[in-house]
Amino acid sequence: MTITRRNILRGAAAGFGATVALPLLDCMLDTNGTVLASGAPLPLRFGTWFWGCGMNPSRWNPKATGADYEITPELKPIEPIRSKICVLSKFDVLLDGKSNFVHSSGNLGIRTGQAPAQADQSELPTIDVLIADAIGGATRFRSLELTASGNPRHSYSRRSTSVVNPSEGSPVAFYTRLFGPDFQDPNAADFKPDPAVMLRRSVLSSVSDDRARLAARIGAADRARLDEYFTSVRQLEQQLELQLQKPPPAEACVIPKKPADGPLGQDIEVSTANHKLLAELLAMALACNQTKVFNMVFSDSASSLTKAGTDKTHHTLTHEELADPQLDYQPQATWFGSRSLEAWAQFVGVLAAVKEGDGTLLDNCLVLAHSDTSFAKTHDVLGIPIMLAGRAGGRVKTGIHIAGNGEPVTRIGLTLQQVMGLPIDRWGAGAMQTAKPVSELLV
Amino acid sequence: MSRILAPCRLLAVAALTLSLAGCGPREPDTAGAPPAVQRLTERQYRQIIADVFGDDIRIVGRFEPIVRKEGLIEVGTNAATVTPAGFEQFDSMARNIAAQLFEPGRRDRVVPCKPHADNAPDDACAGQVLAKYGRLLFRRPLSPDELKVRVAVAHEAAAASGNFYSGLQFALATELEMPEFLFRIEAAEADPDHPGTMRLDAYSKASRLSFLLWNTAPDDELLAAADRGDLNSERGLARQVDRLLASPRLDAGIRGVFTDMLAFDGFETLAKDAMIYPAFNATVAADAQEQTLRTIVDLLVTRQGDYRDLFTTRRIFMDRVLGPIYYVPVAPKHGWTPYEFAEGDPRAGLLSQISFAALYAHPGQSSPTLRGKAVRELFLCQKVPAPPANVNFAVAQDTSNPDYKTARARLTAHRTNPTCAGCHRIMDPIGLALENFDGIGAFRTDENGAPIDASGELDGVRFANALELGKAVHDNPAAASCLVDTVFKYASGRAPAKGQREWMGWLNARFATEGYRVPALLRALALSDGFYAVSPPEAGKPVSTAALRPEGS
Repeated sequence: MTITRRNILRGAAAGFGATVALPLLDCMLDTNGTVLASGAPLPLRFGTWFWGCGMNPSRWNPKATGADYEITPELKPIEPIRSKICVLSKFDVLLDGKSNFVHSSGNLGIRTGQAPAQADQSELPTIDVLIADAIGGATRFRSLELTASGNPRHSYSRRSTSVVNPSEGSPVAFYTRLFGPDFQDPNAADFKPDPAVMLRRSVLSSVSDDRARLAARIGAADRARLDEYFTSVRQLEQQLELQLQKPPPAEACVIPKKPADGPLGQDIEVSTANHKLLAELLAMALACNQTKVFNMVFSDSASSLTKAGTDKTHHTLTHEELADPQLDYQPQATWFGSRSLEAWAQFVGVLAAVKEGDGTLLDNCLVLAHSDTSFAKTHDVLGIPIMLAGRAGGRVKTGIHIAGNGEPVTRIGLTLQQVMGLPIDRWGAGAMQTAKPVSELLV
Repeated sequence: MSRILAPCRLLAVAALTLSLAGCGPREPDTAGAPPAVQRLTERQYRQIIADVFGDDIRIVGRFEPIVRKEGLIEVGTNAATVTPAGFEQFDSMARNIAAQLFEPGRRDRVVPCKPHADNAPDDACAGQVLAKYGRLLFRRPLSPDELKVRVAVAHEAAAASGNFYSGLQFALATELEMPEFLFRIEAAEADPDHPGTMRLDAYSKASRLSFLLWNTAPDDELLAAADRGDLNSERGLARQVDRLLASPRLDAGIRGVFTDMLAFDGFETLAKDAMIYPAFNATVAADAQEQTLRTIVDLLVTRQGDYRDLFTTRRIFMDRVLGPIYYVPVAPKHGWTPYEFAEGDPRAGLLSQISFAALYAHPGQSSPTLRGKAVRELFLCQKVPAPPANVNFAVAQDTSNPDYKTARARLTAHRTNPTCAGCHRIMDPIGLALENFDGIGAFRTDENGAPIDASGELDGVRFANALELGKAVHDNPAAASCLVDTVFKYASGRAPAKGQREWMGWLNARFATEGYRVPALLRALALSDGFYAVSPPEAGKPVSTAALRPEGS
């Protein structure tokens, strides 16, 4: 059945009690997840987690592979979560003869499957966008972008160079967006479609009425941009459609308290506190079926994190700090790296703390964590640190270390997309194109 | 301040009008570009709402950032779109604005007609309101078909809700989230004067003028001029251009150009270390921008001054917040007062102001490299190449090394590395001249106990300090041509096309002839044919990534 504006309006006018049939949510069709007590399958979620300025390879990369890898000095922060994650070392971004654009080649290489030909320019969509296009349609939000820095420009989720999904940096604004007036409690006892929402949806569909005429008089590139706009309108229409039908119950969903207004910024203490608040809200957004795809930026590419009272940012330190002759590494820069990994461990812990089905929320997630460089001082894009968290509903292994030994990093992106159900057999471009998933990961 | 001097401004513009008639070489023909499709910026959106509905309307929401292109947000608008998260915000702002319009006390101002009944649709009254605001918001009259659809929305929503006004509120909200409002969609038409070629239609011209000169949508009078076809005649166009230039709203236009050129959006997230720079806070950041914009408007508009004097002017505006950072006593009252640095004071010109010094610096230290790069790129339009990836900065950047106490010493050591030398040689000497201004622009004579040497060289001109650097930028021929380039890009949402070199040369010559006065440059641009030259929209496959996505996803 299709829904037209007129149908809904008639229903709205007829007394607000009309039931509206909508297509089955694809989460209901998902058969591989862990299963709720009620027998309904749980949705599978995908996310990314980013930190800037990498690590020191000799102190970060484990030597042994498999389950018995040793915790290296810089992996200390992940010790409490090692059973829940995979460590992937020595997978390379291959520049394919292009320049190494500092802090953008590595990040975009991992996310788009191709090193950019110009700094920060790529017309390829990032992996989260590809996955959201496939699985994000039936939830309220196609994807949610967050940054602990508070700066909406810190987002590495994009369809092209100029179509960047802006990040939410304020926990209060994020809370309102999720759990404000438009939120529908999936576990509420009674459900009545809100006539005001019916009207809104119907009225909104009129925004696109002139689409064809508009498209006819502009060039192809501009048409593509307006198509993006209309897709965004459609996305909101779908949000409203979802609000008109009883949401499936979500037993792990607990509406959180509204966070207090706090400072935003890149002082590491501020970012860390902010990151925790955002992570907790995100966990509930996932548990309450508000989205299946998310992106979290802990610090930006070329980390601008600062420590109160010191004059250099994390990024500046990676270039300007002298290696301590005794330690043979840059202690202050490395400190920021460790704090970043602590935040990652905390993030994983927040997802793992939510019970869902016979496991945890994390079990039904697959989260890709990575940085923009390995050794930031030289902007090295070989062996950028990568970790995966969650079992993707039992589809992937955790607790192991896999060494890529110079294999293209696109093998990881290919594997992730296949695990999330995308029907592709190869990914990446040029020298980075691969048809070889990381089989060690798969159950 | 500038309000009081408005008569001077009028005179100046009038004088300009006279001087324009028949002066200088003829405008050469030039290639055009396809009509632009530019997303409104936050500033423009807010100003349009204030213009159309009153400045007491609150706009609550977040605008998704636009990616800067060719150094300008305004060029980025010509590539920007609206993401799902961005549209959610536009939708919520539209509904929120519409709700305020129908609050008691405002409703009767918004709806001048009386419906037959409050509880039923009234297409005639709804049509009147939707046509009036639709024209102002879409910056052209709605076609009968377009109006019919809006009225139908109001009708259906009024019927469903049993309330005429809430029906109208819903319909008005849609006008605020339609692509015709959120994007400035230019249209081309056949040029009757030059058969076989295209020209921008009158409404697109009106928008170009208005966004350039006032940074907002055309007002009623400008749209009426477009209705009458006035903008297609030289006289009619000149009448409107001169009206816009003579208005106090030109200030907003000039502020728009320079806010974008100076990349002041960086202030939104600019942070300074509170222990190192306890004097810096959000108020300082806001007032530093305001100070610079006031200096610019005062020189360029109120005084009709030479653009290049921005780099040397000792005239500035002070308030209580900034005075202490400049070590300038300010009367203990609110607001801004003009101030003039004494002859010989180390400060003069934009480069010595807090806004520039703070924005182009690190959170905990100054940055000669960032400042030098900004001078090259923003004011001289010279592109500095990206740094090579594998660089050893460490030895040269060790502030605890007794041999390298100052940035100059550290950078000099750094430049011994031949891979770095090429680029740092063009950035650092400029930035080092500004080292007397720390990371928030406070004056200092030494760094880590060693005296600062602010001498250097710009394109062959040697200077001893920031004052002389300002003079060197002032005298550099690239400064004026860079402004012409920037204004052109800002005004048309794109870089000059390949076939536009000769025409750009003509515009540059005009700027020089007019004594480097920016309003005169804007006038020359706005009255030129080349500014409105268009080529047909680019053909190509009508496919997009969006169209390839599964329906309903």
